[in-house]
Amino acid sequence: MKRFLPFELIAALRFLREGRMQTAFILAGVTIGVAVIVFMSALLAGLQANFIKRVLTSQAHVMLLPPEEVARPQRGGEPGVVEDAVVQRPAQRLRSIDQWQAILGQLREMPEVRIASPVAAGSALAVRGEASRSVTVTGVEPETYFQVVRLPDNIAAGTPRLTSQDIIIGTELARLVGVEVGDRLRLSAASGRDAVLTVTALFDLGNKQVNERSVFVALRTAQSLLGLEGGVTSLEITVGDVWAAEVIAQAIRRLTGIRADSWISTNIQFFTAVNAQQMTNTLIRVFVGLSVALGIASVLVVSVVQRSREIGILRAMGARRGQVMRIFLIQGGVLGLLGSLSGSLLGAGAVIAWHSLARQADGSELFPLILQASLFLGAAVLAMLTGVLAAMAPALRAARLDPVVAIRG
Amino acid sequence: MAEGPLPAAPVLQLAGVRKAFNLGLPTEVEVLHGIDLTLRRGEFCALIGPSGSGKSTLLNLIGLLDRPTAGQLLIEGQDTGALEDAALTQLRGRSIGFVFQHHHLITAFTAAENVMMPLLLDRGWPGEAMRRVAESLLERVGLARWRDYPVNRLSGGQQQRVAIARALAMDPPLVLADEPTGNLDTKSADAAFDLMREFNRSRGTTFLIVTHDPRLARRCDRIIEVVDGRILSDAPVAALAAPAFPPAG
Ligand SMILES: Nc1ncnc2c1ncn2[C@@H]1O[C@H](COP(=O)(O)OP(=O)(O)OP(=O)(O)O)[C@@H](O)[C@H]1O
Ligand SMILES: [Mg+2]
Repeated sequence: MKRFLPFELIAALRFLREGRMQTAFILAGVTIGVAVIVFMSALLAGLQANFIKRVLTSQAHVMLLPPEEVARPQRGGEPGVVEDAVVQRPAQRLRSIDQWQAILGQLREMPEVRIASPVAAGSALAVRGEASRSVTVTGVEPETYFQVVRLPDNIAAGTPRLTSQDIIIGTELARLVGVEVGDRLRLSAASGRDAVLTVTALFDLGNKQVNERSVFVALRTAQSLLGLEGGVTSLEITVGDVWAAEVIAQAIRRLTGIRADSWISTNIQFFTAVNAQQMTNTLIRVFVGLSVALGIASVLVVSVVQRSREIGILRAMGARRGQVMRIFLIQGGVLGLLGSLSGSLLGAGAVIAWHSLARQADGSELFPLILQASLFLGAAVLAMLTGVLAAMAPALRAARLDPVVAIRG
Repeated sequence: MAEGPLPAAPVLQLAGVRKAFNLGLPTEVEVLHGIDLTLRRGEFCALIGPSGSGKSTLLNLIGLLDRPTAGQLLIEGQDTGALEDAALTQLRGRSIGFVFQHHHLITAFTAAENVMMPLLLDRGWPGEAMRRVAESLLERVGLARWRDYPVNRLSGGQQQRVAIARALAMDPPLVLADEPTGNLDTKSADAAFDLMREFNRSRGTTFLIVTHDPRLARRCDRIIEVVDGRILSDAPVAALAAPAFPPAG
């Protein structure tokens, strides 16, 4: 008998060990319940994180646009795969933001705004020999813009240099038109102007559409190509707290009087879907928790009946009601805790297996593997509490047993 | 009984103890109708009587497992009527040992653990001292080598001896035994009875033993006979001329 354990815990463990079959079955039940919750939660967190990471590597947190231009999220990609929305500017006559330098100054004063960067963007054709592709040309100031969209962190080849003669394109476009780092690529705009630029780097932002459609050039180069001398089509912003982006966008709207779209509002469908999923997840948790609790309770009720004589004997030998009660509460807690440990292992194993099996069409991972300690800790604490709560009724019943009746059997 | 000039201190005193079941219901029955009884330190008493006469009911009251409907019950001079459930439980744990007809050991524990159970319940945590108490008691009942065995590996007689050791773990002044040999063959019954006698002699523990076995009753110091909820006779064994109970049983 372990000397560092109190009597109640020793008795609870012995009783569980003695009731092998019952203990094994209820543990299996709790394990499955917890595994389902862990698996679902990890999967959801992974898919969500994946989406957000993808959106935020290719999109600014807040984007300021000239009034009549409407940025529309488009859905695309393979069916069944959560694909991020790509914000594309409609093909219409490009308009510059009035007095953008003054607005940029204002933005840079705002404490919530980490980086604000001017962008001149429009459509053009990328031409190389016979091959040509329509692309979105984004003219940027590399020093600031590369902190908004972390292009340098996502370079597949070359170095992300952007002088007025340079261009950075996506890996997909490079493949389609057949260029490599160091090759020259011609851009021709609808205005009739064109520019021949040197490919300095290929990026991979983890999104096929973006890798095919977007090219980056120096702000000046874009302005003259698109006929926007001195003008910009948007101001792109990185904020400190990505989840406050919408609130900050509204503040910017009030401050500057021009359109400011946050990544949250342009991906509103995604967040609606996430909310719905989270609600489903919560419901499933509640019901799994409930059936786990009922399972534990029913096993313990049976155990109290089976052991009523022993309980009576313990009472005759001086066991207090509280001691008897704790023996059963602890059994509930131990069942919950052990079940949640094995359930966490099983759930984590399932997530890892699913992560390595389920792949996107291009072979990349469907979702990042997110196994937070907090999920397991939460599951363990919650399962233990559920177990203790479930044990309440049986434990009370055990404590209230009349020893005379119990001993007579 | 105590002939000497200084009678031993009373361990148990009952005065006008009554017990009725189904209080207030149409089927209310009074099972004990005013029991007066005093047991002194070191007495070794048999409690006999026909089936249904109220012996077990009386033992449950004395053992503080149940409360009388009327009357006074004192354990070592302490009136138990006013005690709360928790205090009653503590008094029971410390002052009274139980031996039941069916050994009633806790099968999830070993022999030694069963013996130390009353100490464990009292202290809350296992300790080396209680382990030693249990081992020496097991030695006294001749089961030292079984101490780490699960109790369901022992024979019925052995289990009853473990139960006797357990009843003495707290070294209580009073041990109550309800038909402790009822389920044992003659040899095991004698062994169990002898053990209780030995503890009574060596420790001065008072025993009150319910038995249907006249042979064993006659080996006690005093026989109390209950019939229909009343004490019909109460006398030292030497003074008994004839068996105080109907033949066969
Ligand atoms: N909880 C109870 N409710 C109602 N009646 C009871 C209860 N317990 C005992 N009795 C009744 O009290 C009477 C005495 O019972 P008790 O068990 O004390 O007899 P006993 O002398 O121990 O008999 P035996 O020798 O068969 O063990 C019996 O008639 C029994 O039916
Ligand atoms: Mg009886």
